[in-house]
Amino acid sequence: MRNLWAIARRELGAYFVSPIAYLVGAAFLAMMGFFFYTDVIFTVLSRSEPTMRYIFGVMTTILLFVAPVLTMRLLAEEQRLGTLELLLTAPVRDWEVVLGKYLAALVFYLGLLIATGAYPLLLFWMGGNPDIGPILSGYLGMFLFGAALLSIGLFSSSLSQNQVVAAVVGIGLVILLAVASLPADGITNPTLQQILNHIDLRNHLMNFRRGLIDTSDVVYYLSVIAAFLFLTVQILNSRRWR
Amino acid sequence: MIEAEGLTKIYGNQVVAIEDVTFRVERGQIVGFLGPNGAGKTTTMRILTGYMPPTRGRARIAGYDTVLQSLEARRHIGYLPETVPLYPEMSVRAYLNFMAEIRGLSNRKAAVERAMALTGLEDRADVLIGKLSKGYRQRVGLAQAILHNPDVLILDEPTIGLDPRQVREIRDLIQELGKTHTILLSTHILAEVQQICDRVLIIHRGRIRADMTLGEALRSRRPDRIFLRVEGGDRQVPEILSALPGVRRVERLEPGVYEIEVANNAREDPSPAIAEAVMRQGWRLLELRPVGLTLEDLFLQVTAQD
Repeated sequence: MRNLWAIARRELGAYFVSPIAYLVGAAFLAMMGFFFYTDVIFTVLSRSEPTMRYIFGVMTTILLFVAPVLTMRLLAEEQRLGTLELLLTAPVRDWEVVLGKYLAALVFYLGLLIATGAYPLLLFWMGGNPDIGPILSGYLGMFLFGAALLSIGLFSSSLSQNQVVAAVVGIGLVILLAVASLPADGITNPTLQQILNHIDLRNHLMNFRRGLIDTSDVVYYLSVIAAFLFLTVQILNSRRWR
Repeated sequence: MIEAEGLTKIYGNQVVAIEDVTFRVERGQIVGFLGPNGAGKTTTMRILTGYMPPTRGRARIAGYDTVLQSLEARRHIGYLPETVPLYPEMSVRAYLNFMAEIRGLSNRKAAVERAMALTGLEDRADVLIGKLSKGYRQRVGLAQAILHNPDVLILDEPTIGLDPRQVREIRDLIQELGKTHTILLSTHILAEVQQICDRVLIIHRGRIRADMTLGEALRSRRPDRIFLRVEGGDRQVPEILSALPGVRRVERLEPGVYEIEVANNAREDPSPAIAEAVMRQGWRLLELRPVGLTLEDLFLQVTAQD
């Protein structure tokens, strides 16, 4: 456990000295700010109820590209530098390395998410009086959704020594899982249709945005995270039998 | 301290990297691990450090099995891989502190200070690793390996890419560490082995081909050239000496200085006979010693066979 914290802390430190993290973080917040601004203008002009639903929708799409970039360095760079050999020959277990890195990415992401908390606060400050339930559950949904994307990104990062390859593979995987339900309507086999609808990463956000916290959605995201972290450990482990 | 028993590693079901590698290194020995590129040195080291398990056989470090008691074995090892594993964005001190932390050391600050003092890094403690010269990076790698004062040090080509002064410094350091640690050192520089190792281990095509003390390694072979310096005799010297049994040819390098080529079929070292002949002629013997008796010859001989 202590090793896990040490690895997570070092990794988080590395985030704050890496220009890419700042760049991606700044770009994410700039884009979110832009869309929030346009949404506020629209809300005021149309005299409709202020909500965060549109913002959450935009964030979902942007995260598909941002999350894999946040995780691309984690294991790819470690393999390129040869430091992975160091970690794996220190008295540290493979899963501690994976979990420590994941935790660092999660904390960084949580920071970005908290920064967007300014938007709902602004809505209140402007006297909009939005419904607070969907905002809170929406944030929980965004956290779980992002956390799932990060686990997929970390998995991609374990596959290559090259950060760019890791990012491209990560974005590919993430998009694939985020649009999995699109072809479902055209499929006649009901089981397959159900499966596609179930594995779609974005489908499980619907309830959260409406203000509903459904255990099955939470379980879904947690299983995705567990599955990809497990796969990542297996990839690191594969050096043993390759 | 290091025990390897029948280590075999087969990659992807067919590529045999090492086969039946067996050796022991006792406490306090510095062993030079030699072999051509691709002979299996790195594979052997990776098995010893617990990075990967062998396909067959087993290895023990300080009595702990590297597979079954992996974490315990790792605690007793310091490892410097061939590509020095450093985080360029960290300072020397932060990096060593991190390593001390994941090694679970209780007195981290003291351990880091000690390792930096031993490797001469105190004045670079707060410099970012990415800004250090190659020699200093190598030292940081070494500092990381000795941080926890391990019983066993495994060093994969620790002096590669350094300038002669840095090589000298790192060698001195290894020699110093060798007084209290057991060291397995892979290298391509034979002079390095001759200088600092007690024993050599030569691996070729995945098998151990030679395992002997340095003295044995050099003594086991008959010299093929002999260097001779005499006073007197002059032009007569080659004539008289080449008539001796076991001498093939005598070359006069300059007045009074000769190099004697030993015949391939000589049954014994002709040196005593040469000395005797010189005395008999009433010349004065100034110097008589074997030349070309190097580890390089042994290495080439061992690795030439299949």
